[in-house]
Amino acid sequence: MGTILEAKGVSKSFGGIKALNALDLKLERGRIMGLLGPNGSGKTTFLKVIAGLLRPDSGEISIDQNPVGLKTKSLVSYLPDRNTLYPWMKVQDAIEFYSDLFEDFDEDKARELLELMKIKEVAPVKSLSKGMQEKLNLCLVFARRARLYVLDEPLGGTDPVAREKIIDLIITNFREDSSILLTTHLVGNIERLFDDAAFICKGEIVLQGNAEELRLDRGRSIDEIYREVFKDE
Amino acid sequence: MGLSFDDKIPIYLQIINHIKKEMITGKLKGGDRMPSVREMAEKTRVNPNTIQRVYQELEREGVTYTQRGTGSFVTEDTAVIQKMKLEMSQEIIKTYVEGMKSLGMEAGDILSLLKGYLEGEQDGNNS
Repeated sequence: MGTILEAKGVSKSFGGIKALNALDLKLERGRIMGLLGPNGSGKTTFLKVIAGLLRPDSGEISIDQNPVGLKTKSLVSYLPDRNTLYPWMKVQDAIEFYSDLFEDFDEDKARELLELMKIKEVAPVKSLSKGMQEKLNLCLVFARRARLYVLDEPLGGTDPVAREKIIDLIITNFREDSSILLTTHLVGNIERLFDDAAFICKGEIVLQGNAEELRLDRGRSIDEIYREVFKDE
Repeated sequence: MGLSFDDKIPIYLQIINHIKKEMITGKLKGGDRMPSVREMAEKTRVNPNTIQRVYQELEREGVTYTQRGTGSFVTEDTAVIQKMKLEMSQEIIKTYVEGMKSLGMEAGDILSLLKGYLEGEQDGNNS
């Protein structure tokens, strides 16, 4: 086992507004954690820090014992909260683009996942609906053989059927030697996927625990606990 | 498997109960091979770690056993299944009796109402 991700006292401000406030979080290897909070709670900022796209003002953050930097970029597969592929690309260009960027990218795996999601390789990215673009990005992220998958709102703007497909994709492609940290504000759809749940509010973790124990202790679903924690937000 | 969960209750307990029921009703028979953790996770759309925990618990209770390299199997010991059946029926009785008591029923009322219901059921009068 061991720890795949550890954040200690991570803070980040934008123009005097604190997005992350001395945030502490630990994720064990081989587990799926839901990072839950309303819009503006700091979820996206935190994931960007993990992905090495934002430098924290203070605090430490390590991935598999390595401080976030060049080395950890090869360990982390990051799904941003918006499409990052160029609109002029075709799906097959996107595969090549990922293949050039990431050594651990498996083209065959990407093609297999895209087929599963019924995305054609010849399709131009801009011709895909928002939901399809989200699926495309997710397929590319999971075609990397990373240690840690960091997914920002993977269920984003998709319809209920697409959500089920995305949940299936995550379950099928989750490997015991990897870990997943994902954010969502649609808890009910996805809570059966979590080993752990962490609730983030105003840049701080206000509650964290094993999902099954949280249910047992409180006699409530993670979704209901979420509503309770954020009722004043 | 059309499993619908109550997310208020730990998922692993619900899956354990579901599997035990399948054993009691004979859907899963002694010596049957259990689906792999991964198959079960995909079928139930549940985290594989949760399924792993279910399997560990079932094996700890002696309901299943592992054969190295070939997977997990349902026990062929009918006494274990019988015991499970008794345990599960005890729980249903407990819930029933608690429900009746919360309505102010005494043991005698509960018994005679239950008897009446069962007799009605025999005549096909309950719906």
